[in-house]
Amino acid sequence: MADSAAIRSLPGRAHRAEAAAPLRLKPLRLPTAKLLPWLLPTLVLAGWQAAASFGFVSTRFMPAPLDVAAAGWRLAQTGELWENLWVSFARAAAGFLIGGGIGLTFGLANGLSNLSEKLTDTTLQMVRNIPHLSLIPLVILWFGIDEGAKLFLVALGVFFPVYANTLHGIRSVDPQLIEMGRVYGMNRRELFWRVVLPGALPSIFVGVRYALGIMWLTLIVAETISANSGLGYMAMQAREFMLVDVVVLAILIYAALGKLADSLTRALERRCLAWNPAYRNA
Amino acid sequence: MSAATALRVEDAARPREAGLAITLRGLSKSFDGGAAVIRGLDLHVPAGQFVAVVGRSGCGKSTLLRLILGLEEPTAGRVSINGGSGQGAGQSKKIMFQEPRLLPWTRVADNVAVGLGRETPRAERRKRALAVLDEVGLAEKAGNWPATLSGGQRQRVALARALVSRPALLALDEPLGALDALTRIEMQAMIERIWEAQGFTAILVTHDVGEAVAMADRILVVEEGAIALDVAVDVPRPRRRGDAALAELEGRILDRLLGHRA
Repeated sequence: MADSAAIRSLPGRAHRAEAAAPLRLKPLRLPTAKLLPWLLPTLVLAGWQAAASFGFVSTRFMPAPLDVAAAGWRLAQTGELWENLWVSFARAAAGFLIGGGIGLTFGLANGLSNLSEKLTDTTLQMVRNIPHLSLIPLVILWFGIDEGAKLFLVALGVFFPVYANTLHGIRSVDPQLIEMGRVYGMNRRELFWRVVLPGALPSIFVGVRYALGIMWLTLIVAETISANSGLGYMAMQAREFMLVDVVVLAILIYAALGKLADSLTRALERRCLAWNPAYRNA
Repeated sequence: MSAATALRVEDAARPREAGLAITLRGLSKSFDGGAAVIRGLDLHVPAGQFVAVVGRSGCGKSTLLRLILGLEEPTAGRVSINGGSGQGAGQSKKIMFQEPRLLPWTRVADNVAVGLGRETPRAERRKRALAVLDEVGLAEKAGNWPATLSGGQRQRVALARALVSRPALLALDEPLGALDALTRIEMQAMIERIWEAQGFTAILVTHDVGEAVAMADRILVVEEGAIALDVAVDVPRPRRRGDAALAELEGRILDRLLGHRA
């Protein structure tokens, strides 16, 4: 429906009716097309290695990529890397599930019930205006540097994007479809599962992807400031001993984890939103 | 007249008992205490008749349709279906909207199956959905997403969804208004053909007088919430586009509609 409206406003492009992204160039047909996104990172890495090897930058402050890889190998051998990686991953996942779960629940409740929205939305919007990282001193007082502190901060950070986007998604479900469902005899349960939830799903996914970014950010900050395990802790320990290669390694692992989480969400989107032309070939 | 005899022969062939008879008595409707949209309207539609309701925008024709379907409660008067009131719950009455209103996240066959209640077993729903898709000529699109269909195809899926439960009353709320002229004519012929085969009562709300004249047994002109004109179209089917009798009737109704411009 939306795409046909867009096409109507562009009569000259009517022949592109089925194209998902009408303004994009044709994708390359070469087998190298898949490798193309990796060209730039590879060049950067090569340049960085060359700069370090030829002594343009001091390896005291910026280790060469090969040194970082060596550090990774070393820590993997001792098992230190896997342990810290697992600890951080478990924290991120638990915090995300708790905060995202609560956000989804409130989003659904407030989207479906006026009473619930009147009761809680104003309060939630007020809490939202507190930057959650500003609570760190308070959280340390409450939980010490235990797991509770990290879980609380991650859950709080993840909550709002999921909540706001779920609420928005439910609000923006086409009322004509809801009327159709009613007229065709759907009860409230069916209406929710067959019309409202699938209609809100694209927006919920936007919230989830946004929340994933906040999840890593919060975890890094929390682990750097107060922890005795995890990737952030590993990086801070390394800084104490001037092991700059380990510091860079930790940063790169964070980046890889972020990319991994994003790719998983994209794959999930492609599966769940296959009906939507905007996601089919994304 | 030979036309009249032809009509009668056709009537005998059609299973008229499949439709619902509608009677409206002193029907009025106003929204939120405002001026009445429908004012004391009386109407009887015999079972199996194809009625077209035409009128200018805001004359109350869509409200009339919603009252007949039970989607709105009348302020005064009553709607009786087959002599009783509100008989048959929603199942035997179906509506086709101006927009297709397909669920974009549901494949074509399952969209059609929405027209069948949950009480029908899953396999049976699927079988009937495929059968009716075949009837509207879209059997090969059963597994597609609605987004991959053209506007006319989507509206045919909506028609299949309305017909899959074999309704006794089909309400059509300007269902062809958004289609191009040729697709429109094809859809009109398709609806007419299925109506003749199934014998349901059809109420078509439209602002296209040509369409009303081509499809209906009877045309109601609604003005300010009341029936201003009630004409029978006794031109035999199949009707040919550009038929002189149809053109004459279309002209008469248009004159009536335009003559009331202040």
